[in-house]
Amino acid sequence: MKFQGISHISELIKNREISVQEVQRHYSERLSKYAKNLNCVISFTSDLTTEQVQQAQRMIDENKATVLTGIPLVHKDLFCTQGFATTCGSRMLENFIAPYNATVVENLQSSGAITLAKANMDEFAMGSSNENSYFGAVKNPWNLNKVPGGSSGGSAAAVAAGLVPFATGTDTGGSIRQPAALCGITGIKPTYGRASRYGMVAFASSLDQAGVLAKSAEDCAYALSTVCGFDEKDSTSAQVEKEDFSLNLKKPIKGMKIGIVRDWIDSLSAEIKEKTIQSISELENQGAEIVEIQLPTSHLAVSAYYVIAPAECSSNLSRFDGIRYGHRCENPEDINDLYIRSRTEGFGEEVKRRIMVGTWALSAGFYDAYYRKAQKIRRLIVNDFASAFEKVDVIAAPVSPEVAFDFNAKKDPVSMYNEDIFTIPSSLAGLPCLSMPIGLVDGLPVGLQLIGNKLQESQILNVAYQYQQNTEFHRLVPEGYDE
Amino acid sequence: MSNIQWETVIGLEIHTQLKTKSKLFAGTSTQYGASPNSQVSLLEAAVPGTLPVFNEKVLRYAIRFGLAIDAKVIAKESRFDRKNYFYPDSPKGYQITQLKHPIVEHGTVIIQTEDGENKTIRVNRAHIEEDAGKSVHDKYADYSGIDLNRCGTPLIEIVSEPDMSNAKEAVAYMREIHTIVTHLGICDGNMQEGSFRCDANVSVRPIGQKELGTRTELKNINSFRFVEKAINVEVKRQIKLLESGEKVTQETRLYDSDKNETRAMRSKEEANDYRYFPDPDLLPVVIDQSYIDNERQFIPEFPAAKQARYIAELGLKEEDAKIIANDKELSGLFDETISLQKQSTPQMCANMLLGEYSSLLKADDGNSDKPVSSAQFSNLLENLAAGKISHKIAKVILEKIWNTEISADEIIEKESLAQVSDSGELDQIIKTLVENNPSQFDEYKQGNMKMFNFFVGQVMKQTKGRANPAQVKSILENF
Repeated sequence: MKFQGISHISELIKNREISVQEVQRHYSERLSKYAKNLNCVISFTSDLTTEQVQQAQRMIDENKATVLTGIPLVHKDLFCTQGFATTCGSRMLENFIAPYNATVVENLQSSGAITLAKANMDEFAMGSSNENSYFGAVKNPWNLNKVPGGSSGGSAAAVAAGLVPFATGTDTGGSIRQPAALCGITGIKPTYGRASRYGMVAFASSLDQAGVLAKSAEDCAYALSTVCGFDEKDSTSAQVEKEDFSLNLKKPIKGMKIGIVRDWIDSLSAEIKEKTIQSISELENQGAEIVEIQLPTSHLAVSAYYVIAPAECSSNLSRFDGIRYGHRCENPEDINDLYIRSRTEGFGEEVKRRIMVGTWALSAGFYDAYYRKAQKIRRLIVNDFASAFEKVDVIAAPVSPEVAFDFNAKKDPVSMYNEDIFTIPSSLAGLPCLSMPIGLVDGLPVGLQLIGNKLQESQILNVAYQYQQNTEFHRLVPEGYDE
Repeated sequence: MSNIQWETVIGLEIHTQLKTKSKLFAGTSTQYGASPNSQVSLLEAAVPGTLPVFNEKVLRYAIRFGLAIDAKVIAKESRFDRKNYFYPDSPKGYQITQLKHPIVEHGTVIIQTEDGENKTIRVNRAHIEEDAGKSVHDKYADYSGIDLNRCGTPLIEIVSEPDMSNAKEAVAYMREIHTIVTHLGICDGNMQEGSFRCDANVSVRPIGQKELGTRTELKNINSFRFVEKAINVEVKRQIKLLESGEKVTQETRLYDSDKNETRAMRSKEEANDYRYFPDPDLLPVVIDQSYIDNERQFIPEFPAAKQARYIAELGLKEEDAKIIANDKELSGLFDETISLQKQSTPQMCANMLLGEYSSLLKADDGNSDKPVSSAQFSNLLENLAAGKISHKIAKVILEKIWNTEISADEIIEKESLAQVSDSGELDQIIKTLVENNPSQFDEYKQGNMKMFNFFVGQVMKQTKGRANPAQVKSILENF
């Protein structure tokens, strides 16, 4: 049977045309068939799956089902899942069993969604290619020689290959949008504070935000509505009412003002530029008004980000000291030896690089020159977006300067960091943003980013949904993964 | 030996553990003395993904302290910073504190110097921070133990200006802060359990020199006596160094009370770079003036003001006023009791509190918590003032109502302890006594006051002490 998205499966289940277990088996079989080859899964959560299938069927039988009841997913392996391994893609946490559930995990569990596995990722969510996982790189289902993007690469690959209808991810500087773009799916990061960070292993606290990846904007809307919500356990959680992001999807976008940054589009390669302009034209054809805007400070965003994020990471990752949990070296001589060797062995190269960069940026004498200056840039970028949103409703922008690239193609860290040039500005501003597929270049997907004003998730999902009503790119399936 | 006269400059950093039920950023209990690691939440164990949630009670307590020291600044917006360092009893790898935007700044505390003068000590700031756990190094042969029970307990660190010029002043200041926090009820003040401890910054300079000398920091001193001794021994050490032409090194030192000496822990060069930065897990704490004003109702009258009021307004003897004002329990009972007084006087109340009440309390060895209510106590005093009972009987009654809820009225009624003031009854008793002891009566009539006392004694004996002495005297005189 070919499923057509979350609402289709949900309807089949509610109408008793198919059982929760049958849906779960369908996807579990696909996962066991393809996950190994794609290396998109770190661990399976079989006992939890069984339990949740029963719970979901009960909800159906008692007419308490939600749209996600019985819908399978994979969690990025940095969401604490009680009683199951939560590795964060790191040797440091290889044997760490989470003693509690993240709020995001809890919210999805209550909705009756079915957890099948924990998805592979760049170690501690640091990376743009998923090559930084201790458990090996994830492969792009569109071409197994290409990276899937990162850091939520396992989640993106699993969704793109049709192994699950949706997946959770996290986005600090582009970690949902970039892999969504490179894998040809839709992925959304909500406004900073919309989704609870409680139970999400922290990388950079002021930027980390949970979100979801699915084939379509519609599916993202269902999943995101469940994931989000105020949580008193997270002090930075936004105190706003829970919102159903699917309610606004069908509104025509006629008359909506969509901003574009000319410099960004002009900087793209010819093929990607063409796809980008075509997608914007499609929005214009639907009646949207395209307005040029300026984001004058955005060229400093990557530099500011690579001070702020490592600074926070250097502090957040101090807790991995080999004392209470996590990797501990053999036969330490003393406490310093224990710290140094446990961390040296437990962390991968990129994580160590960022800890070093962040430690340095916060050091006495450098703080003003780096951290403080980066925070100033961040404020200017926030202001840039605020002025832009006085003129437009939504901003359309590229996601990645290129399509999926070869493994080991970017040995210089800075060239890898520049992958995030278009995703970082909206991350620094804490704005909701998504990536949706807009076509293929050399057989590899290209994405378009839609950035909304604060708490305007439903507006960017509306634009993406309307775009997807008239296009087929989100329905493309990589060769060999037909359901 | 040089002839330079030295002066000492001291500043204190006092760590005050706040008496909240739960920790600074989690609901975990702060109870002292629980078995190791039994009061540790996922947050204090720094389990990945956990986040801090600020305990508002701590904010209220810190504001109260700010109000109590008349702080110029109680911040409408205070913030939390991270102080980064690795140590096993600090599992997150950083301490959450307030470096740049503390809740309280620029307060003052008045102490009395040795020559009885008042001296103002400026408090630079008081900020909120979390306590660390404890490392246990001597219990196991091959490894150290970590107890995280204390981890995350709320503290306010109270940082003075270098305004103290000798160890006695430092102790007086520390005592004053101790009095303030315990009277506010925000800290239990227990120094043995480490609820109240201090670091002392000590330097010396030639008298007349403006610049401060190089200071050393004496860490973690947890008694008034040790503060005084540690500072004195450190001052001596520094002067000796300087007089022999050497220099004082800026460093952290530990006071060894057994040897009465200080020794170096780490020098400035070895000091950590704490890499402070704003904690991104916590929002700035934003409050308005009414929030601050609302805490004023919790600011009690402090001992110095109390003592002055007792003397000026209530006419208490100075010595009595001082003792009562400086004892939180006694002054509490005193204040409540005098508010209920009708015939009795504040001094009567003070006499009873410092006399019979205190000796009973002492006999109880501190095992009684509020053994007598203010209602019971004032009722007793009223009976005394009305002449219904004698002082001696009052003492007996106090013992009987001690640790009970019975009133003096009830005891007097039940045990017929009221003074016999009925002249008919007394007349009869005295008449019989005079008839039975005619020679003694004659002697009394001739002016032998011993015989007067004899008759009074006999009356008391027959009435079991209940006769009103004044009335006995008047009847005898007119017989």
